Order: sequence, then C-alpha cells, then structure tokens
Amino acid sequence: MNRAYELMFIVRPDMVEEDLDKLISTLETAVSSTGGTVKSVERMGKRRLAYTVRRFHDGVYVLLTVEGGGGLIHELERRLRVTEPVLKFLTVRIDEEQKRLDKIKKIRDARKKAAPVPAATPEGGETAAVTA
Amino acid sequence: MAEETRATSAPSESPAPSEGPSHGHRPGPRGPRPGGGPGGPREGGRKYFRRKKVCKFCVEKIESINYKDVRLLAQFVAESGKIVPRRLTGVCTPHQRRLSSAIKQARNIALLPFAGRAN
Repeated sequence: MNRAYELMFIVRPDMVEEDLDKLISTLETAVSSTGGTVKSVERMGKRRLAYTVRRFHDGVYVLLTVEGGGGLIHELERRLRVTEPVLKFLTVRIDEEQKRLDKIKKIRDARKKAAPVPAATPEGGETAAVTA
Repeated sequence: MAEETRATSAPSESPAPSEGPSHGHRPGPRGPRPGGGPGGPREGGRKYFRRKKVCKFCVEKIESINYKDVRLLAQFVAESGKIVPRRLTGVCTPHQRRLSSAIKQARNIALLPFAGRAN
C-alpha cells in the first residue's frame, strides 16, 4: 500500500532551530520505523499566518513528503498533535493528483509530437492535388 | 444647407456657426450607425457589451491547482475571504471544483484567511 502524502505543518515562530531539527528527525525515524520512506523535507521558513493561531501571527512552515500507507499518516498525525510547538498541520495525498498530471502531460507531449507531422502532410497533399 | 440656415437663424445669430455642423451631422450618422461604428458589434444604442469570460486555467493551461500556490488562489478570493463564484470569474466547472478545494486546504493551513483580509 504505497501512497504519497504531503504533510505541511506549522511550528511556533519562537522555536529554536535545534528543537525543530530534533522534531523533524524524530518524525523521520517514525516514518522509517512504520515502513515508509521520506521523500523530501522542505523548510519553507517563517511566514505570516492568514489568521492568528494560538495568539501567534507568524509560523515556521515545514513541508514533509512521505510515501507509505495510512498507518504511517495516522502515526505522524498523532505525533504532531501531541507535539506542543506544532500549531497546525495538514496532510494531503498527492499521488493521485500526480498521476493525473502525468497523464495530461503525456497527452500534451503526444499531441506536440503529433502536431508537426500533420502540419507537414497537408502541404504534401496540397502539392499533390495541385500537380494532379 | 437651406434647412440648416432656416433652423439656426430663427433663434439667434451667434450660435449658428457652432450649431450648424452638429445639425448638419445629425441626420448623417443615423444612416451609417447600424453599419457598425468603431465599437464593434453593438446593437442599437446599447452601451455595454459583455466580453466573453474564459477560464483562466483552461486558457493558460494551468493544470495543477495547488493549495501552496497562494498567489494564484488569492486571485479567486474576494476581499472578504470568500471564494469568488464561477459566474463572476468565468472559471469552468471542473477547475472551479479543484480551485475551491485548494482554497479550503489553504485556509486550513493558514495560508489564506477564512474571513477578512490576511493581516
């Protein structure tokens, strides 16, 4: 059961860098112990929140891309919920969307490849008609 | 010409030169007007003509409507924080569906406000 997920979470802005490192590494170990893989960790940095969350106006955004089953997400979300400095988190499944995008891209590429060929053939046809 | 002078000279002498051309013009354009002025396909005296709305996502071939792309989503959120309806933006139904779900996800993670402007 391999699915790709994207976990975005916000930690409080006054959190020390080392604590954040520690939190991320514990999450990574949790992922690997549950049988998933961490695809990427992206720190998006401090950002202004659109609304106040627990009296904070800013937050440090972190984006975690993982692959694994539903149990993994359950575990990660539980951990995030328990962790005090995490203000908010959002999990989005991305593999189906990616599949859809790949499909569209494939169709577009195929069309792009196909386009020059018909453009060339009508000319040939026309000239043939003219000569005939 | 004879008609003009008769009409203008009757009220007074001084406005005659300025009014003359306009009087002379008035019957003129009435003919060519239905033929189409510079405005394009306008009917009768209607002032507005609606431009055809097109789906931004279809035209620009934006396929992925992601909740992280705040700048894109913000174009479809009103000042009050509401999602702008399709009938105003012209977005097609499949894209509006994706758009609204993306906006809702962005709201959830505090990238977009639920109500009011982002402070």
